[in-house]
Amino acid sequence: MARYRPEGLEDTFADNPADTPTAPAADDAARDGGSRDAADDTAGGSSSPAEPRVVVPAIGFFGWLRWTWRQLTSMRVALLLLMLLAVAAVPGAMFPQRAQDEAKVATYLLDHPTSGPWLDRLGFFDVYASVWFSAIYILLFVSLVGCILPRTKVHFSALRGRPPRTPRRFTRFPAQGAGSSADEPETLVRAAEKVLRRPWLPLWPRYRTDVRDEGGGAWSVSAERGYLRETGNLLFHLALVGLLISVATGQLLHYRAQAIVIQGEGFANAKVAYDTFEQGTAFDPSSLDPFTLKLDDFESAFDPTTLNPRDFTAHVTLTEPGGDPTKKTIKVNHPLDAGGAKVYLTGNGYAPDVEIKDAAGNVAADGPTPFIPQNNVYTSRGVIKAPDVTGGQDQIGIVGYLLPTAQQVDDTTWQSIYPQPGNPMLVLTVWHGDLGLDTGVPQNVYELDESKMTQSVDEDGKPVTLYVKMGETVDLPDGLGTLTFKALPRYVALDLRHDPALLYVLVFALLAFVGLATSLFAPRRRIWVRAAPGREAGDGRTVVTAAGLARGDDVGLQPELDRILAALPLEPPAEPAADTSTTSTPTSTQETP
Amino acid sequence: MNTGDLSTLLVWAAATSFTIALIAYTVDMARIAEQAQKRTRAAVPAMAGASSGPVSAAAGSADEAAPDRSHRAEGIARSTHLLGVALLFGGIVLRGIAAGRWPTANMYEFTLVGVFMATLVLAIVQRRRAIPFISVVVLGLAVLFLATALLKFYVQAEAVQPALQSYWLVLHVGVAISATGIFTVAFAAAVLQVLRDGRENDHSHLVAPWSRGDGMRRALSGWAVTGPRFAWLEQVPDARRLEAMSFRLNAVGFVLWTFTLIAGAIWAEHAWGRYWGWDPKEIGTFVAWVVYAAYLHARTTRGWSGRRAAYFVFVGYACVLANFTVINLFVTGKHSYSGL
Ligand code: HEM
Repeated sequence: MARYRPEGLEDTFADNPADTPTAPAADDAARDGGSRDAADDTAGGSSSPAEPRVVVPAIGFFGWLRWTWRQLTSMRVALLLLMLLAVAAVPGAMFPQRAQDEAKVATYLLDHPTSGPWLDRLGFFDVYASVWFSAIYILLFVSLVGCILPRTKVHFSALRGRPPRTPRRFTRFPAQGAGSSADEPETLVRAAEKVLRRPWLPLWPRYRTDVRDEGGGAWSVSAERGYLRETGNLLFHLALVGLLISVATGQLLHYRAQAIVIQGEGFANAKVAYDTFEQGTAFDPSSLDPFTLKLDDFESAFDPTTLNPRDFTAHVTLTEPGGDPTKKTIKVNHPLDAGGAKVYLTGNGYAPDVEIKDAAGNVAADGPTPFIPQNNVYTSRGVIKAPDVTGGQDQIGIVGYLLPTAQQVDDTTWQSIYPQPGNPMLVLTVWHGDLGLDTGVPQNVYELDESKMTQSVDEDGKPVTLYVKMGETVDLPDGLGTLTFKALPRYVALDLRHDPALLYVLVFALLAFVGLATSLFAPRRRIWVRAAPGREAGDGRTVVTAAGLARGDDVGLQPELDRILAALPLEPPAEPAADTSTTSTPTSTQETP
Repeated sequence: MNTGDLSTLLVWAAATSFTIALIAYTVDMARIAEQAQKRTRAAVPAMAGASSGPVSAAAGSADEAAPDRSHRAEGIARSTHLLGVALLFGGIVLRGIAAGRWPTANMYEFTLVGVFMATLVLAIVQRRRAIPFISVVVLGLAVLFLATALLKFYVQAEAVQPALQSYWLVLHVGVAISATGIFTVAFAAAVLQVLRDGRENDHSHLVAPWSRGDGMRRALSGWAVTGPRFAWLEQVPDARRLEAMSFRLNAVGFVLWTFTLIAGAIWAEHAWGRYWGWDPKEIGTFVAWVVYAAYLHARTTRGWSGRRAAYFVFVGYACVLANFTVINLFVTGKHSYSGL
């Protein structure tokens, strides 16, 4: 049976030692022959050129294709592609990435007007979606499939076949042993087989064995264990393919949405309800499960000395379609499952509830507005827009900060000293004019478009600053009206994500892990024991020789061989037989094939 | 003195203990070198005067236990090494008690546990016959890292922020650090393997004249692996066995690293709402993982095993270290948990 091997794979174990007596140290010529056979085998033809590299011009289109395929599935190319993949992944950590932070990319482009656009064109701001990165991993996976499928086939037939025949000479094997006995060769070999087959799990023999009568009174047993190693290796590589497919499927079918929810308010799961909504090309937004979620309360805890956060908990009410409202909590690390999606708590802050009346005393704005925390004491910045003024008055825009626990530093400076609302205060400046909301262009709610507005200033020309404590009402400058700081509800930022492939991603990742561990730690060994009548005819003694071969380096090989021989009724050989070395200490015979 | 201070004191004591062990191992190594040098001189008297001529490396002499090691130095080295491991363990436990949680939540603690793992694995690997060179490399790194941790990474022991309140802190971070510790010892073995290989094969870049900057070569020529300074290399196990040792450790390290990667993705799914997002730390972990995967492939690729495979270990270990230092300190991402 010709064995498939990826070209360039160095593996003494793949050579059948019975065919090549010098297997462990097969010289290069022999190995080259071996791999050429293997290569021919993959290509499925018997007429392929002996030395592909040299005859490239003469082999025509299909020959050329075959050559390319063989190169692609070779170990050398796999190695090259792996290194390329590692190198290609690095720029993603060096340059800002669109997928993570669009704003940072824009800043980078502004700061580097010459190199920036070039880097952009070459995909350095979107490395993991770039042509070159994709090309590398796709080639790698093509190579992997081309390499793994034939190996799987060979492995299956090896599982069904018999362990390889006992080689004639044991000289070159890394582990050896010998002894002599008064017993019959067949008895000894059968005894050795029994030792080899002793199960390590009930009903699961350690070795698969094959006893042969070699003629001339000589018997031998050949044994092999550790098919699990190759199984693990194949499982690992195939699981990587499964992983890639699952991730790609998830990309197609996922959606991800973000919402800001203020205490006492809620939303329904529909595309329009979200601040941002992003979906895979194969996802149908009308299939969204229309549950509703309401934020009842939000709790936070901080370390009193370092002010580092200790706990965030959102108390919500979830109503699934046709179901009763149920109370739930969402915490960091503990997302909520709702309607096939997971809801994550990704941020929180304060949304000061402010009422603004215009000069005519009509309510121009009322309700909570989320402010964005800027530091660990939740000094938060926000913009309140009051568009609904009456009778042609100027619209009002308020820009400023919330200090949850305000403390006065000097005449004009206040600062927050604690993230909890101990003494909430708004520090505001006032603008009036046209907010620019009617242009139809979507506006950032956290920014004020100042192009058509004027800031209220005092007689020195400095901006007027309002300091408003909770419950207070203050007059706006320039007779614009009044402002009341009514309450301070909390808000949370929620991320929703739905990825139907998640389970498959996990399963394939775990399979890969199991496969890897098996392939690295399960020893693969072959052991042969031969018993033959002694040279000096008539002395009635049987000479036993044994050898072992392992895949990769294996410290346990020689001890195992010694253990097997020790279980037989043997005496050590009087003097070393011509073609075996003595059973020596494990360390000195053990070699890495 | 509170528990946190006591922990710091123990860590200082461990650093001191490791320093003594490092010196003792260096003395031990120097003794071996000296003896080996004397022997080569005696054996090849004509070579004694030659400045940079290759000393023929008598391969195979490595297996007898070195007869002329300094037993006193080795004894001191072993005991201070173990003492350091014990002190460090005490320091880590007290740190956990002071913070009231598993002590792997910031860079200071990562470093302590990483050094602990590396020195512990070293002690296990060296339990039968110590190879002083590996100890010198690993303990050198250990002392360097402990000092950096104490002087630069130190933060007060305290509870952790909500994102870290998860049992994955134990699994993901603990395993990542163990893997790093094991990679460290494997790296030291690979360094030794390359040196030993150079000597076995009588191969040094410092022997033949360079086309450029030959002055530098001459200044360094005393450091050629084939030269008398490295005669002690003949006392260490042969390159093949060192490569086997390095591989076994790297294999364990790689499986743990794979676990780290998967566990990190599972945790990210819980904490950040996505299992993979090409965060700088994720990139670093991925790159190191791919390099070690390449190492495993190199070992089995014709023409790439042995010495060349060891170069992958160097690159891989550099990636692991960069992932820990450069990415934690200079790159902002979601993994901003260094506490600095
Ligand atoms: C995504 C790309 C790949 C990754 C991450 C990967 C990873 C690995 C890992 C971790 C091992 C170690 C397991 C062991 O040594 O038993 C391994 C072994 C192996 N890989 Fe891959 N691999 C990839 C692609 C490939 C390709 C393209 C080929 C074929 C050309 C290949 C062929 C092999 C072979 C033959 C082994 C067994 C080596 C041996 O121990 O004899 N791999 N791979």
